[in-house]
Amino acid sequence: MSTFSAIGEEREIDRDEYTPGVEPQPTWCPGCGDFSVLKALKQALPEVGRTPEETLLCTGIGCSGKLNSYLDTYGFHTIHGRSLPVARAAKLANPDLEVIAAGGDGDGYGIGGNHFIHTARENHDMTYIVFNNEIFGLTKGQTSPTSPKGHKSKTQPSGSAKEPIKPLSMSLNAGASYVARTAAVNPNQAKEILIEAIEHDGFAHVDFLTQCPTWNKDARQYVPYIDVNESDDYDFDKTDRVEAAEMMRETEESLYEGEVLTGRFYVDEDRPSYGSEKQAIGEMPEEPLAERYWDDDYEWERSHDMFLDKHA
Amino acid sequence: MTDDELIWRISGGSGDGIASTSQNFAKALMRSGLNVFTHRHYPSRIRGGHTYTEIRASSDPVNSRGDGYNFLLALGDSFARNPQEEAVYGNEEIKPLSENLDELREGGVIVYDEGLLDASEIPDFEERAEENDWHVYPLDLRGLARDQGREVMRNTAGVGATCALTGMDLDHVQDLMRDAMPEKILEPNLEILQIAYDQVREEYDVDASDVSVPTGEHDETQLLMSGSDAISYGAIDEGCRFIAGYPMTPWTEVFTIMTKNLPKLGGISEQVEDEIAAAALAVGASHAGVKAMSGSSGGGFALMSEPLGLAEMTETPVVLVEAMRAGPSTGMPTKPEQSDLEHVLYTSQGDSQRVVLAPGTVEEAYEQSRIAFRLAYEYQIPSILLYDQKLGGEMTNVSKSHFDREPNPTLGKTLSEDALADEPHSPDGKFHRFQHDVEDGVSPRSIPGQKGGRFLATGNEHDPTGHIAESPDNRVAQIDRRTQKLEAIRDDLDTVDTGSYAGPDDAQYGILTFGSQQGTVEEAVGRLNDAGVSVKSYGVSDMLPFPTEQVEAFVESVDEVLVVEMTASGQFRGLVQKNLGRYGEKLSSLLKYNGNPFEPAEIVDGFEAAIIEGDGDASGHQTTFVPAAGD
Repeated sequence: MSTFSAIGEEREIDRDEYTPGVEPQPTWCPGCGDFSVLKALKQALPEVGRTPEETLLCTGIGCSGKLNSYLDTYGFHTIHGRSLPVARAAKLANPDLEVIAAGGDGDGYGIGGNHFIHTARENHDMTYIVFNNEIFGLTKGQTSPTSPKGHKSKTQPSGSAKEPIKPLSMSLNAGASYVARTAAVNPNQAKEILIEAIEHDGFAHVDFLTQCPTWNKDARQYVPYIDVNESDDYDFDKTDRVEAAEMMRETEESLYEGEVLTGRFYVDEDRPSYGSEKQAIGEMPEEPLAERYWDDDYEWERSHDMFLDKHA
Repeated sequence: MTDDELIWRISGGSGDGIASTSQNFAKALMRSGLNVFTHRHYPSRIRGGHTYTEIRASSDPVNSRGDGYNFLLALGDSFARNPQEEAVYGNEEIKPLSENLDELREGGVIVYDEGLLDASEIPDFEERAEENDWHVYPLDLRGLARDQGREVMRNTAGVGATCALTGMDLDHVQDLMRDAMPEKILEPNLEILQIAYDQVREEYDVDASDVSVPTGEHDETQLLMSGSDAISYGAIDEGCRFIAGYPMTPWTEVFTIMTKNLPKLGGISEQVEDEIAAAALAVGASHAGVKAMSGSSGGGFALMSEPLGLAEMTETPVVLVEAMRAGPSTGMPTKPEQSDLEHVLYTSQGDSQRVVLAPGTVEEAYEQSRIAFRLAYEYQIPSILLYDQKLGGEMTNVSKSHFDREPNPTLGKTLSEDALADEPHSPDGKFHRFQHDVEDGVSPRSIPGQKGGRFLATGNEHDPTGHIAESPDNRVAQIDRRTQKLEAIRDDLDTVDTGSYAGPDDAQYGILTFGSQQGTVEEAVGRLNDAGVSVKSYGVSDMLPFPTEQVEAFVESVDEVLVVEMTASGQFRGLVQKNLGRYGEKLSSLLKYNGNPFEPAEIVDGFEAAIIEGDGDASGHQTTFVPAAGD
């Protein structure tokens, strides 16, 4: 039996395998957009052929962080804003794992913004799903980095004086090689985009509009949505950085004017992922590092034999 | 002045090659058969500013800087700022000479580069030289170097002059230069060395100098090594193949050494956006089954508080190193202090569930780096190696045989897929990663990718499968189990005994210290006993879990205890009292927090003033005495 026999296993996968017995019913509010992320993931993972035990899902803190409790894979429910550094190190340690990170808009664009920028910049081969509900839900409705200017809440009683973050533009500028937006109200597109994101070799960022019916909007406010790749009203080349940037800008502005634009905004299939870049300069082994600790034949190097003579 | 030790100080400007010249000279002295110990003083500046390195060399073991020094080689500062009398930083050009006079012993030797330094700019220089019986040799080192090749080689000319004046053969220095220098610059350097040597011997009566290099012999191969080297090699020998970090003085040394070596071992080093990420990456790599570390210094370590707590709660093994420097805040970046002790013990929310070890010497740094990894992985807990700018940067000779040991890449209680199949699972197949009743509180773990091992790691309190759970019974069972690991670690450490003892067992008085001050305290204890004072010392390394029994036995066995540490508030004394719960009336403190480590004489004088004379005033030293409670 190999060390990690769940990895690369070829078999039919039933989507029920991802439903935990311990906590099968999520605690999200009725009508919450988070259900759609869960459902789309349960559909996407069997299609890409990744089993629960070769998948590592790293989450942040908030309603979105509870995704781990309801999707039965290896999971790491980290701390607020820190899912990405945990996830990308796991990917470096064992590139054979399917690594997915997820969190909310406060988690990813606010407190974890620095990690988001740098993980995108480095183009780690992973999927990052941001549950963007334009609000802090779990802490009961405070203004978040994607809340519109003028948003009133208990922490912004006069209405926020801040422009919202532009997550798609930020992602593109930072270096993500796959940038998409989907919405909870559009389950088919969500599933397709997640499949593409997981299969993409590089950092795939999915801004997932998840309505928060309790503190913010209900699902109706995200309808109708428009798929910019399919609509005749929009014509841009998603592999062209300049055109993508323009399309993103329009999308980000129109969201706050009540128009929901979704789709794939930028796709760069040519940029090598960080792991390959690091292997190319000789700073990452070809074989997964995690395997070595189980290899009985590996002769572990000693400092005594390798590094001490220069001190003599 | 006697022949039994040379304490050579080379001074100049930051960026002038003072560090590399001194390292080569220290190695030459070591190769000649001597024991060596270095002490660095440098500014937080890329170029320019007063810097020096001191090398203490003796045929006897040396484990501390000395009291003052006896040979000064003062070079110019190429990057000194313009001398203006009204500038707060004063005349930087003359500092390599002027700043080093106070600590030069009577009868000492001064060689200075008269091509760059004008001694007449120093008030009363000649009078002071006469009063102190200094032997002064103004040499145009710059001119000599320029004639032969390049001005920057004046350091080599200074070393040649040093050899001539101390009676040291050039052989070892020449050999070293051949090992260390590229072909292009080797020949002119060798020439400059010889010319300077010959010139000094021709022009001066070199026997008039009272300072000579001692002779010695080593029984086995010696290595010149710093604490940072030793920590790194300890990590490598424990199978650490992943490091993540962000630059910060003085932790950068370990980060650099690991980064240079890991690719040769098929390992991975990651320089990341900040220290929160650095520690979180180490946690992520370890979770995925690789032995991993990170580290920083005070301010950067503060950012690691959150991932540190996450590692405690998820029981993810990880090693963090913390290289202390003077605080608070940015403090004094290049100066040593031990005042991050409480920070490292208690930072992060909730009850601390971590190991903190503070090695005292370069050998202990290697040893305890290995212990930190072993404990982290065997007990699934974060281990922190706490040291400082002094231990990290000082170099000393250690026997090569000390490192001739087997590697230990084991991951601790980590199960294979076969073994996992026999462990408890929930009906839906989730592995009970966090079982309540297990030996020593250590519940075996699985690694992502293993069949039958899936579980949830979470910073929330959780049930055996890792699912978030807040029931009182589960909470108590889980926190008690995690705490139980610390008791098991204490028992484990008792079998290793990381403490260091000096002086007679039945001594009347005691000195307690921790970390890098240990060698200096032990030298002071030797001198005090020679002078008829009955005193012993205990250098404590285990900060958490604390060796309460051993420290209590030590305190119990003596009349009074002086606690020596580089903090302003007596943090280590506080830790001792917290753990012992009494003896407040028996423990007083000798503190130093001016940016420089203790010299042995400061501890000798401080001890005599505090304990023997009882008034605590050690005049002439920048140390502070804090009496025992009730005094």
